Amino acid sequence: MLEDRTGAEPRGNAELSLQQALNLALRHACEDDDRVLVFGEDVGRLGGVFRVTDGLQAKFGEQRVFDTPLAESGIMGMAVGLAMAGWRPVPEIQFDGFAFPAIDQIVNQVARLHYRSRGVLTMPITLRLPSFGGIRAPEHHGESLESLFAHVPGLKVVSPSSPREGYHLLRQSIADPDPVIFMEPKPRYWHRESFDPTQPVEALPVGTSRVVRQGKHATLVAWGATVARCLQVAELAAEDGVELEVLDLRWLKPVDADGLAASVGRTRRAVVVHEAPLTAGLGAEVSTLITERCFGELRAPVQRVTGFDVPYPSGPLEDEYLPSIDRILTAVQTTLEYRRG
Amino acid sequence: MEKADLRELHRLMLVARRVDEEAIALQRQGVLPGYAPMRGQEAAQVGSAAALDLTRDFAFPNYRDLGAATAMGVDLVGYLSTHLGTWHGGMYDPKASRLAPVNAVVGGAVPHAVGWAMGAKLDDTGGVAITYFGDGASSQGDVHEAMNFAAVYRLPVVFFCQNNGWAISVPTERQVAGGSVAARAAGYGIEGVRVDGNDVLAVFETTREAVLRGRDGGGPTVLEAMTYRMGPHSTSDDPGRYRTLEEERAWAERDPVARAARQLSADDVAEAEAHAADVVRQVREGLVTVGDRPTEELFSFVYREPTKALLDQQHAWKEAADV
Repeated sequence: MLEDRTGAEPRGNAELSLQQALNLALRHACEDDDRVLVFGEDVGRLGGVFRVTDGLQAKFGEQRVFDTPLAESGIMGMAVGLAMAGWRPVPEIQFDGFAFPAIDQIVNQVARLHYRSRGVLTMPITLRLPSFGGIRAPEHHGESLESLFAHVPGLKVVSPSSPREGYHLLRQSIADPDPVIFMEPKPRYWHRESFDPTQPVEALPVGTSRVVRQGKHATLVAWGATVARCLQVAELAAEDGVELEVLDLRWLKPVDADGLAASVGRTRRAVVVHEAPLTAGLGAEVSTLITERCFGELRAPVQRVTGFDVPYPSGPLEDEYLPSIDRILTAVQTTLEYRRG
Repeated sequence: MEKADLRELHRLMLVARRVDEEAIALQRQGVLPGYAPMRGQEAAQVGSAAALDLTRDFAFPNYRDLGAATAMGVDLVGYLSTHLGTWHGGMYDPKASRLAPVNAVVGGAVPHAVGWAMGAKLDDTGGVAITYFGDGASSQGDVHEAMNFAAVYRLPVVFFCQNNGWAISVPTERQVAGGSVAARAAGYGIEGVRVDGNDVLAVFETTREAVLRGRDGGGPTVLEAMTYRMGPHSTSDDPGRYRTLEEERAWAERDPVARAARQLSADDVAEAEAHAADVVRQVREGLVTVGDRPTEELFSFVYREPTKALLDQQHAWKEAADV
């Protein structure tokens, strides 16, 4: 019997890291619904390379939490069959870049079987996908695939930015009857926040965003790992009297067009920040949604601060690639100083 | 079917044969946009599907499995609706019929059988999954991954390869290294069996053994039925460009339906023909009256509950359509 290494269950407010919050969410999901199955590469004995599944196999047994052979398409294909047999699979693909071998199953099968079967079959699959860069990892360990998945009809895509949101969004994703790609911001796994995970799961409805900081001069739109950086930017800007609103988009499919319009309608300026390459990134979608709804109010074109159209780079170049505080501040300055030509 | 019953198996094969012929005719008449004929593979499909226990087993087809659908009692109009272009995946109920929706990605459904079988094993239902694929699909990585998974977890899966000799225009020797799909089973440490795919009794018995092995905890089986696609790959294919008439004539002599008929009385065969004609008439009538789906369904079944964005798009489409 393996020991339970995650320690005592919190009994109220607790200071939890995102990794611990997600672990608790999986734990509680397995407790509440005995049809939930957790599987993937190294999720069992090891508890996942980021320890998100730590202790789950010891607690729920090898039938509920199990290691798979190293084959991503097989993992997702198996999830499809399990869902068809009435189970609620929560597979993990170990790293973002290794979702590519599973794309056929995700796009052609997971996303379509509800449609193909005219609603008879459901695919309540939550794919946990450690995502985004910033941890000096080797190739294929720092990708941002949100626009790829958001483009696929039948999938929902979500990314938490904090431990508390991580807990509630993962619980909701697992309970959702549709397939959800759950993008975990791996540079934020060890970030801590105090909250009470024994409280009922909060309704953070699918397709809703959250204003994490209020401001009146411009809206920074971010998700996953870039939310924290945008909050840093807002702190710095506040020192110069610039009040930035930070909107955590949270759901990347469907996108909260109303929430975007409400925020940008107030601030009249927007900067979208994401790690993925610029071209055809989700920033293009967000920017268009803002323009469609707020054209009359906008004081400047929507700015984008993103990764570049290059393969995700190695560690030493990572900081040049990722949206830096300076680049975001420059974009803020551009939008604030914009004058109609 | 508890035991092999040649009379019943022949009846089912004849239905599949005649409906297949009718489907081709309907395609030529412009009713079906396209179709993937299965003439010649009746014994492989009917014999294997008849060996299932439909109260607990489940089948994962490809797009050339009319015979399996027939033997499983699936609504054939619903099954052929996918070729009619009514709805991807067909109009039959996959849960009630125990046949997964028709899938155009070769090999794509093979790992689904593995997941389904794991679910059945966890629920201790005794259910066995059978997955149909071809020699061409056996080149896909998914088929390897599925066999490996099923072997590692020792799951009740029958990997039923219909080796019909041709992956569209590419012969088995240019498709399958080593020439045998069944031989691959040895690499996974599981049973691999080759069977004469034109002998319906042999297919039935072999599949039955594989199903029982899975049900009794004996793990998966790779079953390779050696057969022949007597017609084209699809109604837009021309086999004359890649194979010889001599080859086709040689296989025609091994026609699985005629082979079974030879062992039955003339009365039995006549009765089966009358029954098949009856089914064909019903299928034709059903197909020409099935009609198009309501255009509103363009937006249906994407999610369990439609997203707001999708409802907005539906609304905009409706407004534009009403103008």
